Amino acid sequence: MSIEHRDDTGARFGMWIFLYTEVILFGGLFILYAVALAKFPQQFAEASHKLNIYFGAANTLVLLASSLTIAMAITAVQRNKPKQAMVLCISTIVLAIIFLINKYFEWSAEIGHGIYPGSEHLAEMGPGITAFFNLYYFTAGLHGLHILIGGTLIGVVTVFIAKGKVNSERYTLLENSALYWHLVDLVWVFLFPLYYLIL
Amino acid sequence: MTEHKHEPISYRTLILTWLALGILTGVTIAVSRIQLGALNVWMALLIASTKSTLVLFIFMHLKEEARLFKVGILILLVILSIFIGLTFTDVLYR
Amino acid sequence: MTHTPLKNSGFYSESPRSGILGWLLTTDHKRIGIMYLCCIIVMFIVAAILGLALRLELIAPGPTIMGAQTYNATFTVHGIIMIFLVIIPSIPATFGNLLLPIHIGARDVSFPKINLISWYCYIAGGILAIFSIFSGGGAPDTGWTFYVPFSTQTTTNVNLAVMGAFMLGFSSILTGLNFVTTIHRLRAKGMGWGRLPLFVWTLYSTAWIQVLATPMLGITLVLVLLERVFGAGLFDAARGGDPILYQHLFWIYSHPAVYIMILPAMGVISEIIPTFSRKPLFGYWAMAISSLAIAFAGSLVWAHHMYASGMSDFAILIFSFLTFVVAIPSAIKVFNWVATLYKGSIQLAPPMLFALAFIFQFAIGGLGGLALGAAASDIHLTDTTFVVGHFHYVMFGGTGFAFFAALHYWLPKFTGRMYNHKIAVISWGLMFVGFNVTYMSMQAVGIMGMPRRYYDYLPEFQTLNVVATIGSWVLAVSLAIMFINLWNGIRRGAPVGKNPWGGATLEWTIPSPPPLENFGEEDPIVTKGPYDYKGVVADEY
Repeated sequence: MSIEHRDDTGARFGMWIFLYTEVILFGGLFILYAVALAKFPQQFAEASHKLNIYFGAANTLVLLASSLTIAMAITAVQRNKPKQAMVLCISTIVLAIIFLINKYFEWSAEIGHGIYPGSEHLAEMGPGITAFFNLYYFTAGLHGLHILIGGTLIGVVTVFIAKGKVNSERYTLLENSALYWHLVDLVWVFLFPLYYLIL
Repeated sequence: MTEHKHEPISYRTLILTWLALGILTGVTIAVSRIQLGALNVWMALLIASTKSTLVLFIFMHLKEEARLFKVGILILLVILSIFIGLTFTDVLYR
Repeated sequence: MTHTPLKNSGFYSESPRSGILGWLLTTDHKRIGIMYLCCIIVMFIVAAILGLALRLELIAPGPTIMGAQTYNATFTVHGIIMIFLVIIPSIPATFGNLLLPIHIGARDVSFPKINLISWYCYIAGGILAIFSIFSGGGAPDTGWTFYVPFSTQTTTNVNLAVMGAFMLGFSSILTGLNFVTTIHRLRAKGMGWGRLPLFVWTLYSTAWIQVLATPMLGITLVLVLLERVFGAGLFDAARGGDPILYQHLFWIYSHPAVYIMILPAMGVISEIIPTFSRKPLFGYWAMAISSLAIAFAGSLVWAHHMYASGMSDFAILIFSFLTFVVAIPSAIKVFNWVATLYKGSIQLAPPMLFALAFIFQFAIGGLGGLALGAAASDIHLTDTTFVVGHFHYVMFGGTGFAFFAALHYWLPKFTGRMYNHKIAVISWGLMFVGFNVTYMSMQAVGIMGMPRRYYDYLPEFQTLNVVATIGSWVLAVSLAIMFINLWNGIRRGAPVGKNPWGGATLEWTIPSPPPLENFGEEDPIVTKGPYDYKGVVADEY
């Protein structure tokens, strides 16, 4: 386009709309969860006890901390402190990796117990518990995929900050990546109590 | 077309928000250990919604955005609750 | 006809890149719109041929040109292509892209690059869908709805088809996101909400549905895929799942998708009727608000596709009632179009004829919808060819005719050349007759009790089936005439000026075809409404 056109508010609004689609995407899984919970309340509580609450709680704190660092990164860029911003972005990525490592150990333990979608051990435990673990694996898996995408996005932004392409004058890319990252956090805020804390 | 620049949010506000989120996480775990029956799920959702509100308005700068952004969220929530609510007219009465 | 070269070739010759890359890497909304148009028309022709084959099979009981499995695969592929690759993107992705920025006085959409990405998603989805026919265990035979448990158990190539539909959904979301943002952020000076052409209002409503409903299809299809690959069992009752929930999730998207298909068509009609009646649109705000109301009400009624699925009677009651709510804004639109025609100086140009046929057929389809929306009569009509006739009345008789109306109305604008009117009117007449003969017979034989989705039927249904098949041939001939006529018009029609029809919206104030950035050096300043015909004169051509 020869005529320079820039609309930061529009770009942010577009990102928000994209986030709406993500909410609906997880909303579909949430509907399945709600229906299954209404059908099998006892079995869901029983299955929930098999999940490791410490892993879940630790990961909640890790994600909340990463949300804080990425929010601070925006402030740092706005105040024209690119070094600080880069440190904060990298901490976010490190926290994302910690989250995924946690998840890896958690899942390997569960798979080690023979609990995974389609396993015979799971089928023996009856439909309620099977439904819980199927939902748990696919919701958490989809969420993990979003962590990967968000982390990559923030990695790209960090490079752009280093190159000066994202700066105190022009930082929509950082803002939009941060918005995406916060959404990933928000999803987990709901996942954690619904899967780990049912009594 | 109005351009909307954000003032930087101070580190202090952000960190305080984060502390509040951490405390709420503790609260949700504590509440979940008390037997309340079906209320447990609703308490968990209530606390999660409170946490989300904090993240939305402060971390995600919704507080400073134009009204359009807030209306958008409202539309999303209305539609999502319609989807869930009307599905339950089937599931609960089957 | 002698070949007259165009005085200006607008956006066809202006591009930062030359040759084929100038198209494949373009971010110009007009070029993207034209690329969509070409793909959609090719896909339409492919699926129409499949439809013709289905009708030919039904000319007599028993296998005539194909057996059961081929028939199942054919109607599935016909459905997948027509729904996901033709009707859903037809008007928004082609005419929306071509016109939305011009209608609001902008130079492009908000995110031109995302616009191009959405086209590539469309292509990827199309390739996957086509590929699924020829690879794996054979073409999918589930019907376009992919209902479980059959879709999770059949050995045919559902996986690829599902992935294709997912990509197409993504493409649709990106278009919707772009349009909402564009309409909010890029309106020209003076282009208030009360001056938006109705087409923009319907695109706006459509875009919201695309954004808020499509992800539900995405997650549902992903779960079907996971079930096939990992044995997830979320829709399998033996493993704690619920097969009826699949239908809920599927229709939560696919019913609003019906409004993705019809709303932009209503917008096209709302543009054409005032222009050829030389009268402002009757009830502007009622039309604008009813578009939003249809979009909203459309998200309340999905389970009326499921009365016979075994869901609760209470839900049937609720959804049956809510379905009637949609009739209100739809009726407002029909009444307002008719009121616009009243005492207008009507000019029966080809676009207007298609628009009038739209109103007629949409009314029939809409009223048939009420018969299906009422639970009592639906139990009798479910899964008969009445349903097939009904949705072809709204989808083909409605959206399809509106799409053809839009082609006849706006192609001269974007190619700079006019087609032959006489042939256009002949093709319209044949199409109107062929269409109604085909689908009215299908509705009639459906009421008699002929089930849909079978290659075979009882001998007493034969007369009406023969009539329908003959109708489908008339329809096919008329389509061929129409496309050839339009093509000849594009190649060597008489050049047209800025405003061949005497329209009052912004696209008629710029050259045909429009230049790269739509408007000259200065951004346009809008001083009057979209249907203010005072002082607007049609060019001679």
